[in-house]
Amino acid sequence: MVVGVLAFQGDFFEHIEVLHSLRVPAIEVRSLTDLSKVGALIIPGGESTVIAKFLEETGVGKEIIRRIQSGSTDPRSRSSAPHPLFVYGTCAGAIVLSKKVTGKNAPRTLGLIDITIDRNAYGAQLQSFEAEIRVKGISGKIPVSFIRAPKIMRVGKTVDVLAEYGGVPVLVRQGRVLIGTFHPEVWGDRRIHQLFLSTVV
Amino acid sequence: MFRIANSTGADLARMLKGGVIMDVVTAKQAKIAEAAGACAVMALERVPSDIRAQGGVARMSDPALIAEIQKAVSIPVMAKIRIGHTAEARILQVLNVDFIDESEVLTPADPFHHVEKKQFKIPFVCGATNLGEALRRISEGACMIRTKGEAGTGNVVEAVRHLKLIKGEIAALKQMKAAELKAFARDERVPLDLIEQVRKAQRLPVVTFVAGGIATPADAALLMELGAEGVFVGSGIFKSKDPKRMARAIVQATVHYNDPKIVTEVSRGLGGAMAGLEVSGLQVRMQERGI
Repeated sequence: MVVGVLAFQGDFFEHIEVLHSLRVPAIEVRSLTDLSKVGALIIPGGESTVIAKFLEETGVGKEIIRRIQSGSTDPRSRSSAPHPLFVYGTCAGAIVLSKKVTGKNAPRTLGLIDITIDRNAYGAQLQSFEAEIRVKGISGKIPVSFIRAPKIMRVGKTVDVLAEYGGVPVLVRQGRVLIGTFHPEVWGDRRIHQLFLSTVV
Repeated sequence: MFRIANSTGADLARMLKGGVIMDVVTAKQAKIAEAAGACAVMALERVPSDIRAQGGVARMSDPALIAEIQKAVSIPVMAKIRIGHTAEARILQVLNVDFIDESEVLTPADPFHHVEKKQFKIPFVCGATNLGEALRRISEGACMIRTKGEAGTGNVVEAVRHLKLIKGEIAALKQMKAAELKAFARDERVPLDLIEQVRKAQRLPVVTFVAGGIATPADAALLMELGAEGVFVGSGIFKSKDPKRMARAIVQATVHYNDPKIVTEVSRGLGGAMAGLEVSGLQVRMQERGI
C-alpha cells in the first residue's frame, strides 16, 4: 500500500524520509488525484491555518472525511468500506483532525477525532521543548519535540490515550485516526510511524 | 560533528517549510496576511521599498507595535533587528517573538560583528548571498537561512542568483580534495566539520528560504522550483494593487509551484504587482551589508 503525506505546507519531507527508511512507498499529496492513490495519510506539522485552508479549497478535506467515515471505524474491520483511509496527524495535523479547537483565529477542522485541542496552549517559540515520552505498546523512550505545540484539553469516551506527557494526553487514537501533538519525525524516530502502519497494513 | 545549537528553533523552521512569510507593518496587515494563508508574519517598521525610497536609518519596530501584531494573529511572529544589534535582539526575546531576523534590510548597527546568536533561546534567521556567508551565519547560531536577494526592488534576479550560488557551491564541495576543503574553511572563516557535513548531506543543515525581490506568484513558483524551501515576501504584497488577492495568490503559487495551471489561474487579473527597480541603478545594495 502507498502512504501519502499531505504536502500543502510544513515538514512533510521529514515524514517521507521516515517512511522511505521503513521501505514504505510514499507520495506527496496535494490533490484529490494524489489522495485517491493512497490508503493511509500523514498530515504533518506546519501551520494549521494554512493546511486547513488548502484542505478546504482543494476538496481534499471533504474526501478525507468521506473515506474515514465510510465503513467501520474499527481499524480491524476494513472490508465493508470501499476505499477506507487511515490518518496520522502530528501537531498542526492533529489540530485539523480535531472535533473542537480553542484559541484565537482557530481554523475550521475536519472533526474526525472526538477531542478538544487548544492551539499554541504551551505558548510561543520560547516555550517549545524536547522530551522523551513513553507510548503504550512501544518499549523504551521516544525522543520527540513539542514545537509551539497544541494541548489536548478533553478526550471523548471512545478515544484511546496512547501516551501522556506532564499528565496531558499527547498521542491518542479513535478508530482510523491517530494524532500526536509532538514531532517524532524531526528526530528520525520510526516507532510511532510503525505503530500507525501496523494498524493499516 | 557540527551541531545546531538551537534545535527547537531549527524544528520550528521545518514547520514553516512550503509556506510564505509576509512583511507587515501594522496589526491590520498581519491579519490580512494570516487570513491569506501566510505561515508566519515579519514585523518591521517600514517595508523595504519604503526604506529604499525614504532613506534614513531603519531600525527594529516599536515594541508596542510588535506586541499588537502578536495579539492579532495566531501564526508565528518574526521581527527584524539591525545586523549586530544585540540589544534589539534582547528586546525581542523579552517580547517573546517566535523568530528574529538579523536583517540587512535595516541599517547595520555593528560594522564588525553579527549578533552572537548562540546565547539566545529565540531562534534566528539570517540572509546570505553565497555558501560561505550562509555557513558563517549558521556557525554563529542561525537556525534558518534565507537568500538576501535585493529587498524592496520587486526584482527577483538577485534572489535567484543567491539561491543558485549557494546550491552550486554546495555541489562543488563534492569535487574538492581535503586540502581544498581546508582552504575553503580558512578563507571563508567557517568550521571545517560544518563544511564536511554540508558536503556529505549536499544541503545546508538548516531550512533555506528565499527573500528579496519576490513580487508575483510566478516569482514564488520559480524559486520553489529551483529548490527553495519557502518564501519571504516583503514589499511585494502590501505595495501591490490588491494586497489580499496578491497575498493569497503567492501562497497558492508557492504550494502548487509544480502545477502551472494553478499558478496561471491565481495570476489572472491580479491588478498589478509593485513597481520594480533595475538592480544596476540602485544607490544602496542591501545585500552587501554584513557579509
